[in-house]
Amino acid sequence: MASFKDHLGRPVVAVTGMGVVTSLGAGKTENWAALTSGKSGIHAVTRFPVDHLKTTIAGTVDFLPGSGEGMSALTYELAATAGQEAVAQAEIGSDFSGPLFLASPPIELSWADRLAMYRSSSKGAGYQRLFEAARSGHGKAIFEETQFGTVADRLAVLFGTRGLPITTSTACASGATAIQLGVEAIRRGESQRALAIGADGSASAESMIRFSLLSALSMQNDRPERASKPFSRDRDGFVLAEGGAALVLESLESAVARGAEVLGIMRGCGEKADDFHRTRSKPDGSPAIAAVKLALADAGMSEDEIDYVNAHGTSTPENDKMEHLSLSTVFGPRIKSVPVSSNKSMIGHTLSAAGAVEAVFSLMTMREGVIPPTINYDQPDPAIDLDVVPNVKREADVKSVLSNSFGFGGQNACLVMAREPV
Amino acid sequence: MSPRDVVITGIGLVSCLGEGAELHWKAFKTPSLPPPTDSERFAPYTIHPLPEIDWSQQIPKKGDQRQMETWQRLGVYTAGLALDDAGLKADEALCATMDMIVAAGGGERDEEVDENILEASLARNDNGVLLNEKLTNDLRPTLFLAQLSNLMAGNISIVHKITGSSRTFMGEEGAGVSALQTAVARLASGQSTHILVGGAFQTEHPDMLLGYELAGYLHHGAWQPLWTRSGDGGGIITGSGGAFLVLETREHAEARGGRIYAVVDKVVSGLSPRSEATFARDIAAMVATLGAEPGELLISGASGAHRATGTEREALGGFSLRGFSGLTGHLKEAQLPFAVALAAMAISSGEAPAVLADIEMPYSAAPERVLTTAVGHHRGEGAALVRKA
Repeated sequence: MASFKDHLGRPVVAVTGMGVVTSLGAGKTENWAALTSGKSGIHAVTRFPVDHLKTTIAGTVDFLPGSGEGMSALTYELAATAGQEAVAQAEIGSDFSGPLFLASPPIELSWADRLAMYRSSSKGAGYQRLFEAARSGHGKAIFEETQFGTVADRLAVLFGTRGLPITTSTACASGATAIQLGVEAIRRGESQRALAIGADGSASAESMIRFSLLSALSMQNDRPERASKPFSRDRDGFVLAEGGAALVLESLESAVARGAEVLGIMRGCGEKADDFHRTRSKPDGSPAIAAVKLALADAGMSEDEIDYVNAHGTSTPENDKMEHLSLSTVFGPRIKSVPVSSNKSMIGHTLSAAGAVEAVFSLMTMREGVIPPTINYDQPDPAIDLDVVPNVKREADVKSVLSNSFGFGGQNACLVMAREPV
Repeated sequence: MSPRDVVITGIGLVSCLGEGAELHWKAFKTPSLPPPTDSERFAPYTIHPLPEIDWSQQIPKKGDQRQMETWQRLGVYTAGLALDDAGLKADEALCATMDMIVAAGGGERDEEVDENILEASLARNDNGVLLNEKLTNDLRPTLFLAQLSNLMAGNISIVHKITGSSRTFMGEEGAGVSALQTAVARLASGQSTHILVGGAFQTEHPDMLLGYELAGYLHHGAWQPLWTRSGDGGGIITGSGGAFLVLETREHAEARGGRIYAVVDKVVSGLSPRSEATFARDIAAMVATLGAEPGELLISGASGAHRATGTEREALGGFSLRGFSGLTGHLKEAQLPFAVALAAMAISSGEAPAVLADIEMPYSAAPERVLTTAVGHHRGEGAALVRKA
């Protein structure tokens, strides 16, 4: 019988529910079918005009009612959709009875609302006119969309989570951070379960322009499905995308006691901040290396026990080089025989959601015994000698996964997951 | 007394009153009213502006300063004050293992770019294309980073070399509550040994004020005392400022010979549905879970928002209230960390802050326990109990 306590005497944390939405579709079934057949969800942007933009492709989620209703509305819907799938699978019902940890993008008043407010008044100019409009009551309907706590508040009510929900942003590592916060809360014994959600519905012209100004986005617009090519020599940036994923985290003891199906184990989490630069990693890769090592130590595992790496693999020249450096440092020569694939080759970079989306896919990889490929891998980068599971899925017995998440602002977070309890 | 007690060993504060723990304590012991305000720049709104700050005192490299706008600079600066106060600034090893939780909103947008687009939109009917045209040409790459919520923490890592874990929480006052609550829980359970926690708010940007005024939350006209604001508007006067704390386990602090201000005994939080029937009861119940006794000193982070502040006053009228935002303005994410900092100083100096209004009951004893609250102006509530070390 599996132990309910881990190598440090802490409660073992299981996953008992998962949900996911990406540009490939809503739900685990649809996503997994697409992901394992090497299908791309990247397409030409239709949500807003792309005139003057250097990048005109994205992995937006365009099939939900909230698509096009603004960042706050779509982020909520992505989170709610994934959350409902996860909670249903965990068979928990409408009263979740545990805390909520949400990874979501920083919120801003949308341009559509800004412009509408401006037109609603004729007094003054610039921000003065917006204030005039607000004082005339034209802001009440959009106030909530400008509050950072709104999405989590609505989700807390929807799922019946307990207490004040936590909304976290650690840039592109946010999803992993939300999971880590949930794992820590259960390990502290504060709750038997926690709901961790990552959601990002923030694709807009302004967000694309901002990332373009940092030269972060792929400009291979001609064949959208071919643009995201992690670890390839001709990669030129990430493809901005939207998505949501939710995980019901639960102490193994509680899951077993109520007869819930255990979908996997969150064995360990590691994080390490980088003090080198706002958007670039320390050249020696030491913070990312430390994050991987801390996650392994937290899991009580050695690198030899990792069967598969779900890479951050953004397809930017910098990330993929640094990720290779850190993995080869931690794993040594063995890294050449460990499969390392990037879901982002198909779904793009779901930003605040990525860590959660890729955790769900990591757990599915173990359960299904199939590793999703890194697609668009036609011109290997000779400097990155990895088994990226090129272009075609691979059947494999995967008992444990390392999932990496790295973000602007020196954020490095890694998760170690296992198929079964020890 | 336990080795796992969570102790406060460093305090960094900035507000219109000035900078630093000591200066603030003097300003709260012998307040001069009205506090520094500016009613002209953003009229009809009054704000509490930043004091004059020599950024290079905490952010020595001009290059670093240029990469940030005022909001991030303010956070990095205030965090530096807390690290200095804890005597940890020069301790590379302890900074490299220090964890961090920052309560953040967003940084400043480019006001001029926004205003040009708004004005140009009146003459065009292809606003989508207009946006692309203007934003592509006019946005500065550095400004995006200056706007990102988690880049306050990112800059703290770069400038002060804090490189343990780095987490940013969002969600107005609630973000500050959760940041403190999570930090204390991690320390008390052995998940961390020393943590930098706090936040900052920079109100001197129209977008930051608009975030309140969309729902009519701002007070219009000149400064008025916190608890009894009346006239036009919603009651909130905002301020620029920040509060960061260095928290450690007692064991960790004592081993390095750190000075201990006080213990953070317990932090609680809530998300009241705020119905007419339950809001006051929810606030009272939350404070009661701290083991609060009527008459105790309570440093309140009340915002001034008519409903939330009126309800807090009704719910907690039996305590010896001190509404600190009357002097500093509402500092949003930093409300609870700021209140806890003042509570720690009250305990370590053996005195209560002076009363700022008639409704605030005198408190003459040396406080051994101080309650603190941050009832969000719109949603989310939190409270903490600080006690003698």
